[in-house]
Amino acid sequence: MTNTVLEAKNIVRDYHVAGGLFTKARTVHAVKNVSFSVERGKTLAIVGESGCGKSTLARILTLIDAPTAGELFIADKKVDIAHAGLPPEMRRKVQIVFQNPYGSLNPRQKIGDVLGEPLKINTDMPASERRDRAMTMLQKVGLGPEHYNRYPHMFSGGQRQRIAIARALMLNPSLLVLDEPVSALDLSVQAQVLNLLADLQDEFQLTYVFISHDLSVVRYIADEVMVMYFGEAVEYGTRDEVFSNPQHSYTKTLFAATPRADVDSIRARLARKKTAA
Amino acid sequence: MPLLEIKNLRVAFDTSVGEFIAVQGIDLSVDEREVLAIVGESGSGKSVSMLAVMGLLPDTATVTADSMTFNGRDLLTMTVEQRRKIIGRDIAMIFQEPIASLNPCFTVGFQIEEVLRVHMGMDRAQRRARAIELLQQVGIPEPEQRLSTFPHQMSGGQCQRVMIAIAIACNPKLLIADEPTTALDVTIQKQILDLLMRLQAEHGMGLIMITHNMGVVAETADRVVVQYKGRKMEEADVLSLFESPKSNYTKALLSALPDNATGDRLPTVSDFILDAPDGAPA
Amino acid sequence: MSTETTAVPPKATARPGAVAEFWYYFSMNRGAVLGLVVFALLVLVAIFAPLIAPHAPNEQYRDALLTPPIWWENGTAKFILGTDAVGRDILSRLIFGARYSLFIGLVVVTFALTSGIILGVLAGYFGGWVDTLIMRIMDIILSFPSLLLALVLVAILGPGLFNAMLAIAVVLQPHFARLTRAAVMAEKNREYVVSARVAGAGHLRLMLVTILPNCLAPLIVQATLSFSNAILEAAALGFLGMGAQPPTPEWGTMLAAAREFILRAPWVVTFPGLAILITVLAINLIGDGLRDAFDPKLKRS
Repeated sequence: MTNTVLEAKNIVRDYHVAGGLFTKARTVHAVKNVSFSVERGKTLAIVGESGCGKSTLARILTLIDAPTAGELFIADKKVDIAHAGLPPEMRRKVQIVFQNPYGSLNPRQKIGDVLGEPLKINTDMPASERRDRAMTMLQKVGLGPEHYNRYPHMFSGGQRQRIAIARALMLNPSLLVLDEPVSALDLSVQAQVLNLLADLQDEFQLTYVFISHDLSVVRYIADEVMVMYFGEAVEYGTRDEVFSNPQHSYTKTLFAATPRADVDSIRARLARKKTAA
Repeated sequence: MPLLEIKNLRVAFDTSVGEFIAVQGIDLSVDEREVLAIVGESGSGKSVSMLAVMGLLPDTATVTADSMTFNGRDLLTMTVEQRRKIIGRDIAMIFQEPIASLNPCFTVGFQIEEVLRVHMGMDRAQRRARAIELLQQVGIPEPEQRLSTFPHQMSGGQCQRVMIAIAIACNPKLLIADEPTTALDVTIQKQILDLLMRLQAEHGMGLIMITHNMGVVAETADRVVVQYKGRKMEEADVLSLFESPKSNYTKALLSALPDNATGDRLPTVSDFILDAPDGAPA
Repeated sequence: MSTETTAVPPKATARPGAVAEFWYYFSMNRGAVLGLVVFALLVLVAIFAPLIAPHAPNEQYRDALLTPPIWWENGTAKFILGTDAVGRDILSRLIFGARYSLFIGLVVVTFALTSGIILGVLAGYFGGWVDTLIMRIMDIILSFPSLLLALVLVAILGPGLFNAMLAIAVVLQPHFARLTRAAVMAEKNREYVVSARVAGAGHLRLMLVTILPNCLAPLIVQATLSFSNAILEAAALGFLGMGAQPPTPEWGTMLAAAREFILRAPWVVTFPGLAILITVLAINLIGDGLRDAFDPKLKRS
């Protein structure tokens, strides 16, 4: 058995926009021929700006939508939800965490039920065991048993993101798709959640697909980086390759646009300003 | 003399569970031609103090201050009418959500010209000429055609440019930018920041940049105020803030930046924050 | 300017429970509380009708036809609100009529709500041709004047209280279907629904357990308002002779029977009319209060 958890070959996703009374039907190519693979315990970061197709790709990887063309392998097994359907044991292997911690939890579900739901649907575990597992997971993500009976609105954004991560881990997935998991969080909370993700990766040998637009976060967390631009993967390599020697012009633009918070660049800017004045 | 000077500002909101203090004991001043950044995380009250200056807080808010002057004039004792003449003309503000800040029912041209009509009393031809000039200044191509487009036909970055055009329409002395680039992509953020800095230098405006992004602070500010839970933690010029932060909270913020990560895990605020003011709003 | 840009939402330090919070916002609306009190009294009257009513509703006092109410000339304490053309005590009939009205409201709303929710959830969740089919049928129902459609239905089914209720339920049902569909469509693409899908939830679970509970607030408001609508329409059908049949002490039917005495004995028409007015007003006030309490825009956090 190889160590590859996820492999995507030539994934394509088109959207057909139905024609209205005055407009023609047209096809939007959201993802164009994207291939990559991720090994167990590693993190692949997918970087791009809004509309580059990274969230569409996330939905395909999470087996929510089927690709228009291309092949997807999870743990060396081919997955084809459009034709063959989705076996439950596959469903359990991939889970997702969304960007917006306020929208991703059902407002009418207590935290205990949020965590217990995946087990209730997928296993015939008795309620007491589900409860125990949920309690254990709450502690793993840095919350306590006293949070079990609370509703989502009683939590801060960072805590909700912890709950969302806990829910994703309830089924022991091997692959976690993280769709901008920290971009809605404050800097200090962001650091905590990133640390939590790193801890969990070590503990469970999790594989991450980390989708983000924030290069500083990507540089911190990723092993491999893929840059997407208008549905295409314009750059794909290890983190050090991509950051030290970007090939595509878009990657270079992206790097140049990222604000730098180090003392040297501030000095340089102030000097420039002085000469201009 | 500073352009805007606030001493000991306190803003409290009435809520169903009693009074909620949003900011307390805030001193702020901005000079002409200066870029001041107010940094803080959510709940730090960084927007509230500026909304208080603009008089844009809801009725449930109580604003008190020892003094609040703009260009030598006392904002506290001013009548609503007098204040309205200053707001939008001498002090302008732009917001985080550019698309939501523009009225979707009217064309871009109409919304720019409305400001000119209200504050400058220009006639129709003057207004149109000035609107085209403004769109050119903020870097929108084909300004004549753009006047008749609606906000939903433009991208977020272009909407923010239009918002900036509206803000600088009356040559304000002070521009307040509340998270102007948070909703935008990095490449667009760069363009908008460059634009703001260029306009600030050209017009000699004071600029208050409210943000949570240390990168944006580093790229724009002259002086920085760090706020936490409604109180001021530190005030310093930008270089010394990044070089040798004084307060533990600033240290924590800077080390939580993934750029500065040294070890395997990021330090978090709780590793640093010992001087968090007690009794400050959570 | 919205308060969204405000960095500090006034956050309650200790959040009151959901019920307490609901009551806080509901009780800010004086009218709604008044409506609730009136409605509660009405329910009590309906439940204890045989104990409260001074006479049996259908007992005819042949010696006291068209007796005026107590405060009029010739009024007697025996018949506080007077008697009708065949000598039945109006107060007692009104008290028993409350049972019918509340029963009609309850049954109609239950019918309309159940079928409306089922159709609306199906239409909103599946979309496509299911949506088109269901919603076009709803549009057709909505394009008839409601009373006219109810009349036609009763004419087909035959007059009677049960058929009238069924007809009114059919007429009111599209409102629920539309409301449910809109709410489901808004919730369907929220991330928590996608999360539940990724957790393996099937269609039925997603529809009923995940999405529906989050769509209930507007439905409850609509149900309250439909309750009063149902009472009104049932009264109208009764008045037209298509609803409850005499001698049932239903308020609309009482009005119909009293038509010819409007000038000679105005109390015979006035009191059933007032009863309908007060009930409907009370329920509408409650509906408004509920809307205020559920509307997140009015809440500050």
